[in-house]
Amino acid sequence: MFKYLKQLTSLVAMVAVLFTFTTETFAAKKSKTLKNTQKKGFVRCGVSQGLPGFSNADAAGNWTGVDVDVCRAVAAAVLGDANKVKFTPLSAKERFTALTSGEIDILSRNTTWTLSRDADIGLTFVGVNFYDGQGFMVRKDSGITSTSQFKNGISACTNIGTTTELNMRDFFNSKGISYTPVAFEKADEVVAAYDAGRCDTYTTDKSGLAAQRTKMSNPDDHMVLPETISKEPLGPVVRQGDSVWEDIVRWSLNTMIEAEEYGVTSANADMMKTSENPQIKRLVGAEGEMGAAFGLDNEWNLRIIKQVGNYGESYKRNIADTGILPDRGPNELWTKGGILYVPPSR
Amino acid sequence: MKFKKILPQFLTLLFIVLIFGFFTMNAQENMDTRGIEFGFGFLSKEASFDIQFSLIDYDGSMSYGRAYLVGLLNTLLVSFIGIILSTILGAVIGVARLSPNYLINKTASFYVEFFRNVPLLLQIFFWYFAALRALPMPEDAPLIFGSSFMTIKGLYTPAPIWNNLDVFMIALIVAMIVIYFFNKFAKRKQEEEGKQYPKFLISLGIFVILPALTFFVGGVDVTWSFPELKQLAKTSFTYEGGLGIPPELIALTLALTLYTATFIAENVRAGIQGIGKGQKEAAASVGLTPGQVLKLVVLPQALRIIIPPTTNQYLNLTKNSSLAAAIAYPDLVLVFAGTAMMQTGRAIEIVGITMATYLTISLTISLFMNWYNKRIAIQEK
Repeated sequence: MFKYLKQLTSLVAMVAVLFTFTTETFAAKKSKTLKNTQKKGFVRCGVSQGLPGFSNADAAGNWTGVDVDVCRAVAAAVLGDANKVKFTPLSAKERFTALTSGEIDILSRNTTWTLSRDADIGLTFVGVNFYDGQGFMVRKDSGITSTSQFKNGISACTNIGTTTELNMRDFFNSKGISYTPVAFEKADEVVAAYDAGRCDTYTTDKSGLAAQRTKMSNPDDHMVLPETISKEPLGPVVRQGDSVWEDIVRWSLNTMIEAEEYGVTSANADMMKTSENPQIKRLVGAEGEMGAAFGLDNEWNLRIIKQVGNYGESYKRNIADTGILPDRGPNELWTKGGILYVPPSR
Repeated sequence: MKFKKILPQFLTLLFIVLIFGFFTMNAQENMDTRGIEFGFGFLSKEASFDIQFSLIDYDGSMSYGRAYLVGLLNTLLVSFIGIILSTILGAVIGVARLSPNYLINKTASFYVEFFRNVPLLLQIFFWYFAALRALPMPEDAPLIFGSSFMTIKGLYTPAPIWNNLDVFMIALIVAMIVIYFFNKFAKRKQEEEGKQYPKFLISLGIFVILPALTFFVGGVDVTWSFPELKQLAKTSFTYEGGLGIPPELIALTLALTLYTATFIAENVRAGIQGIGKGQKEAAASVGLTPGQVLKLVVLPQALRIIIPPTTNQYLNLTKNSSLAAAIAYPDLVLVFAGTAMMQTGRAIEIVGITMATYLTISLTISLFMNWYNKRIAIQEK
């Protein structure tokens, strides 16, 4: 009898300890994802299987791109080192399941922000890091220079599981054109099939078309048509239910864009600490307690700018200098004629 | 004593229920925290995506349930064609491997060793991309059989347009019923009076003549729609009219058939080699012709060895058809567990339905083959 009593007491004690432990962490209001990330020592980031300019791995396995830079910014903010990111390449089909199941903590994979994705399937979009739209690519020698020249019976290659499939239907239906969709699971197969001549046109986001064109056997034989048939705001996504983590990712992205607006770059960030402008001082952690709300120190944003750079630097490095889309178009700051506009860090 | 017997079973059952319950609760909890609801209501919502190739009427304004049906039928189509073709090819190759002719024998062996040892996905990619690039563009395609075109965009053949197709179909069914009763009658005659009819010839005659008659008296009529070249742009063409078979279906069927036939060929070889030489000699010594030896003695016994492992190959072929997703053939996995899953985000429900569907198809094939196996098994009297 006493033996059992002893066991029972230890059990009760154990439960009590566990209970206090959980209530304490609740009280600290710390993000579970943040805690796990700091424990693991790296940010788990889902990217594409290879889209030059957005997320693409070189032969040595180093990932680059504007989508990659969002994850690196978060790593710089929460772990102090932008290189502490584990990238998981995902197909369009796998991406949301990987995020909701907890395999990754940020999905930064040229993903379009739509109502049904945001509301229906347990995801939260934190912002837009690239304003895109769907377009069409054709062979130059076909003589087609506008979508108005499309005729009944045209075949269009694309990816499955994307907004592309839906936009394509809306577009062809509204024009009253009958078409054959040829939808593949992976982008590489779409490119190979279109390149071989299986389809008359290849449709996806225009940035994707520009990037994939570089993979064709002869890129100069193809051109992207001028028309844009949809709005595709691409941005990073997190799981629903961890609002602190959501805020960290959102403001890591906002910091990069705002830094460009105030002219803070990776080169001059340290000097900006002594700036006269309080807005700039807040951006480099020299004023206010901006990190405390997330459970981070005060120089989280300074590290982002120093290690990853501002949005303009990231765009230039990944998209403009690689010749994918030298013209920033809508992805220019609002002060320079574009639509990039983020809430202030204060 | 009885208690001792039941206890392990009870514990096993409890263990399974607990494990299952744990995973269900875990999934439920996770879905709750992420605001995901479980339900099948999405099946009646508008799918709003189009599908390349469908056996039934479909467009994007129909429901996800309809899209599921399209995918399912496409899976069944490629599996059905694959099973028929691989059985025929497998039987031929299996017999060829036993041929005393050196060249035939070695060619068959080489075919089997090569195709069964290269991964299936690689073969699918090969037939799709290598063969695709080798095919001509629509405008350069040569005529085949005077009316068909094999192009990079698919095979275009004339399509029949029927008048009173139902009358023709009824005649076909009636012919089959007549053949069934004729064979029964012929068998009884043979057993009672020893009289033999040329069963095969008469059956074939009924099968051809009866439906053919409907063209003269039933008002059945068939006209053909021929594919015609159509220009889409300066250098881009397609065919209109006729029947267009997508290259994805052709490549997938080819790869599945060539792969699965190697295994069936080995089963056939094993079946024939499993019959003792004495059996054939004994049959010959009672005066049976070589054809009768094969039909009445060797095959009935060989089939008993061939059927069970071949059932496995049929199941494998059906399941392997899900590799279609890689080359854009709109099967169940690509349409439903691909596009539909992405558009709705209902991963658990859709994967569940897809798994249940494959399980049902496999069990149905399995049940049918077991029934057939029992029918040809030795009946002890």
